[in-house]
Amino acid sequence: MSELALGPVDEIPPGEGRTFAVDGEQIAVFRLRDGTLRAIDAICPHRGGPLADGLADDSVVVCPLHGHTFDMCTGAEAGGSGLSVRSFPVSAVDGVIRITHPGQ
Amino acid sequence: MPRLVVVGNGMAGIRAIEEILARGGGDVFDITVFGDEPYGNYNRILLSNVLAGSDDPAEIYLNTLDWYSDNRIDLRAGVRVVRIDTFAHLVHANDGTSMPYDKLILATGSRSFFPPMTGLWADDKTLADGVFGFRTLDDTATMIAEAANRTKAVVIGGGLLGLEAARGLQSRGLTVDVVHAAPTLMNAQLDDLAGAILRKSVENIGISVHVEKITTEVVTEDGRLSSIVFSDGTSIECDMLVIAAGIRPNVGLAQRAGLTVERAIVTDDHMRSIDDDDVYVVGECAQHRGQVYGLVAPLFEQAKVLADHLTGTDLGSAYHGSRIATKLKVAGVDVASMGIKGPEHPDDEFVQYSEPRHGVYKTVVIRDGKLVGATLVGDVSKVSFLTQAFDTGLPLPDERVSLMFDIGTPDVAVGVSELADDAQVCNCNGVSKGALVACVRDGTTSVTGVMAKTKAGKGCGSCKELVGQVVAWAAEGAVTEDPSASWYVPGVPYDKPTLMGLIRDLQLHSVSSVFAALAPDGREDAGSKMALASLLEMMWADEFVDERDARFINDRVHANIQRDGTFSVVPQMKGGVTNVAQLRRIADVAEKYEVPMIKLTGGQRIDLLGIRKEDLPSVWADLDMPSGYAYGKSFRTVKTCVGSDFCRYGVGDSTALGIALEERYQGLASPAKMKLAVTGCPRNCAEALCKDLGVVAVDGGRWEIYVGGAAGAHIRKGDLLAIVDSAAEVMTLTGRFLQYYRENANWLERTYAFVPRVGIEKVRAVVVDDADGIAEQLDANMKKSVDAYRDPWQDGREPVTQGQFRTSLPLLPLPQVPVR
Repeated sequence: MSELALGPVDEIPPGEGRTFAVDGEQIAVFRLRDGTLRAIDAICPHRGGPLADGLADDSVVVCPLHGHTFDMCTGAEAGGSGLSVRSFPVSAVDGVIRITHPGQ
Repeated sequence: MPRLVVVGNGMAGIRAIEEILARGGGDVFDITVFGDEPYGNYNRILLSNVLAGSDDPAEIYLNTLDWYSDNRIDLRAGVRVVRIDTFAHLVHANDGTSMPYDKLILATGSRSFFPPMTGLWADDKTLADGVFGFRTLDDTATMIAEAANRTKAVVIGGGLLGLEAARGLQSRGLTVDVVHAAPTLMNAQLDDLAGAILRKSVENIGISVHVEKITTEVVTEDGRLSSIVFSDGTSIECDMLVIAAGIRPNVGLAQRAGLTVERAIVTDDHMRSIDDDDVYVVGECAQHRGQVYGLVAPLFEQAKVLADHLTGTDLGSAYHGSRIATKLKVAGVDVASMGIKGPEHPDDEFVQYSEPRHGVYKTVVIRDGKLVGATLVGDVSKVSFLTQAFDTGLPLPDERVSLMFDIGTPDVAVGVSELADDAQVCNCNGVSKGALVACVRDGTTSVTGVMAKTKAGKGCGSCKELVGQVVAWAAEGAVTEDPSASWYVPGVPYDKPTLMGLIRDLQLHSVSSVFAALAPDGREDAGSKMALASLLEMMWADEFVDERDARFINDRVHANIQRDGTFSVVPQMKGGVTNVAQLRRIADVAEKYEVPMIKLTGGQRIDLLGIRKEDLPSVWADLDMPSGYAYGKSFRTVKTCVGSDFCRYGVGDSTALGIALEERYQGLASPAKMKLAVTGCPRNCAEALCKDLGVVAVDGGRWEIYVGGAAGAHIRKGDLLAIVDSAAEVMTLTGRFLQYYRENANWLERTYAFVPRVGIEKVRAVVVDDADGIAEQLDANMKKSVDAYRDPWQDGREPVTQGQFRTSLPLLPLPQVPVR
């Protein structure tokens, strides 16, 4: 487990997501309209869609390729497909995105 | 134990006994069955197969002799009941015995009807040489035996039985003529046109047909049949004659017993004789509410009611008559008929299709929105749906023609109940009928709920109707009406007109403000954002506050996302016309960015596939061409033909008009994509008839405008909206129609669904005739949108959000699609 700083929160426009490389992995970080952050795996487990490009609200993100919908807190797919992604603790500290990642 | 006596060992009598046994009647009654024929019970319907040689007589028995003994039924085969004494409760048989009964079932069936003709009979009981009825296994067996010694057969009777006899004899090597008294074959089931088409098909397989012929004499020479003579004096030579001129119920026994007999033995709704509570009647010898049935389905329904009542299982059980639907193969031709043959009331709808050359004929009769009759000859592919609609009164599609043909979506047409469990309903997401049914059985009974859980209908959407049908079928009518079905978007609980009214009244210019003001608890909904952004852009044009998080990725970066996360770039090429400079730039860009695939689109443009997201701005800058909008729910393109400048047939300058249309309406946001075409003559090289809006030049400087066409997942020819005299009028009506569609269509509802839903008459009234007085407003709204047009590829110069074109898959080696 390690905590990492990914960069300024301003890199993510409100309501959207951006992908960050963390320890050789890709993490999608979303900045909700209420200002809080969410972090999940960046790649849809279905067909590899870029989740950071998906439409999001304050609980889910919809993969832009085939519409699989993931809860950004639990990582579970909402449509009953049984798919899931990992979610990671993330927060904004002094305008910087800090993520807890289970890497080295 | 009380004794139940059944007179008649045919399909009706035995079916009644089976139903009685199923209700425990075997423990209540001693059962005795009298059968005139010296056999067990056989399937009379299959006698024509026996005659044709496709079934062996042994194969058509329904109940073996063991069945009778296993169920302790006393079968008196070959023993005929000759008298019934209803007062003494006794039946007397022709073997001199008599038997008491407590309950009696008359299932005496029918016999062949022999019309009066000179020379038909050799004596009181024996037909002349070579003459046969076609009713029993004995009739069939002797016909088969005799067919070997005969060469030329005539069948009297052009009904179902006669035609089957003709086909059977033909397959045994005889030349066959059919003689029919009425002008139309199978006139009980078919109208004149259908009969004529059937006649042609019958003649095509080599059977001669003679109609309106009354046979008056059967001529025998030296004890051998030689010909028959008609009332008009003509005659036909033959050495075999089959009489299939109808059947008559066997009612003599009932008549002599004093029971009321009209066309057959009259019964009440419990299938009892109206004269005697202990006498039940079932099958072809029963007359219920004036109807006598000669088919097997009504007989089965009667047998159930009879058994309910006789065993006391359900004394209230009542027969209300049967809806008759038959599907059969007559002389190699598929025929299905149900209900009435043609319209009977002034406001009955009658839809008729006739294609004699291919032997196809179809009609449907609709009364008060319900199917009350249908006839299909030659092509019975729609029979399962029609039968279902006829039996259960299903709601019918507005496009009546889809009752007869599979239009565009073949799967929808197959009766849902007929679909196999593993039949794929949603071809995009691979959802089978079984998966949908399982979802319903697990408790999800709304169409939207099932779609959400299974993803069925979430791809291209063309299967939504079928998904709805499967859910309705699986829920057995208990479909939960999902209130959200009428909402424009799932996250804001209003239909489109209400939503637009509120947005206007509350001056909501952004998607986030709509959620805050109108969604329950002000909650955002990811699945509603794209539709709301499109709606607001349509309504507010330049006043729309474009929050990019509410946009689908394609609209955020103005390109179409591909399976590997790269994008496709399609520059605008108005009317499909390009030039050297454009082509050179496109070639340079493709080379510079190592574009893996360059593809011509169906909309006459050039598609550069496999562009990295981060390269989009520089690709656009290098191209220096406006966006072709090949990614949005928006106005896409206008396909054109070469037009009058070069084409030697062109009657109108389609290219110029197409370019003008695209110039004016480019990029308009709409509920679903809008693809247009303009073609310069009725040869229609630009395929204008299957576009959302298509324009066809016709001679005399005029233009036809079609709307609501499609040729993708759904096939539909557009409806003619108007014929106008000038290109200027085309421009105006196009704008007005597109605006009317933008303001009134549901989200993702293409014009091919919108136009038939609203009705082309209504669309024409509003758009062309200004019946609602809103034409001016529509034109003004459209102008506001047109004026607000801005080429989105300008974003490339100055990204509107931080990291707008930043890759979302930084570590994957892109592109992954192989270079071609």
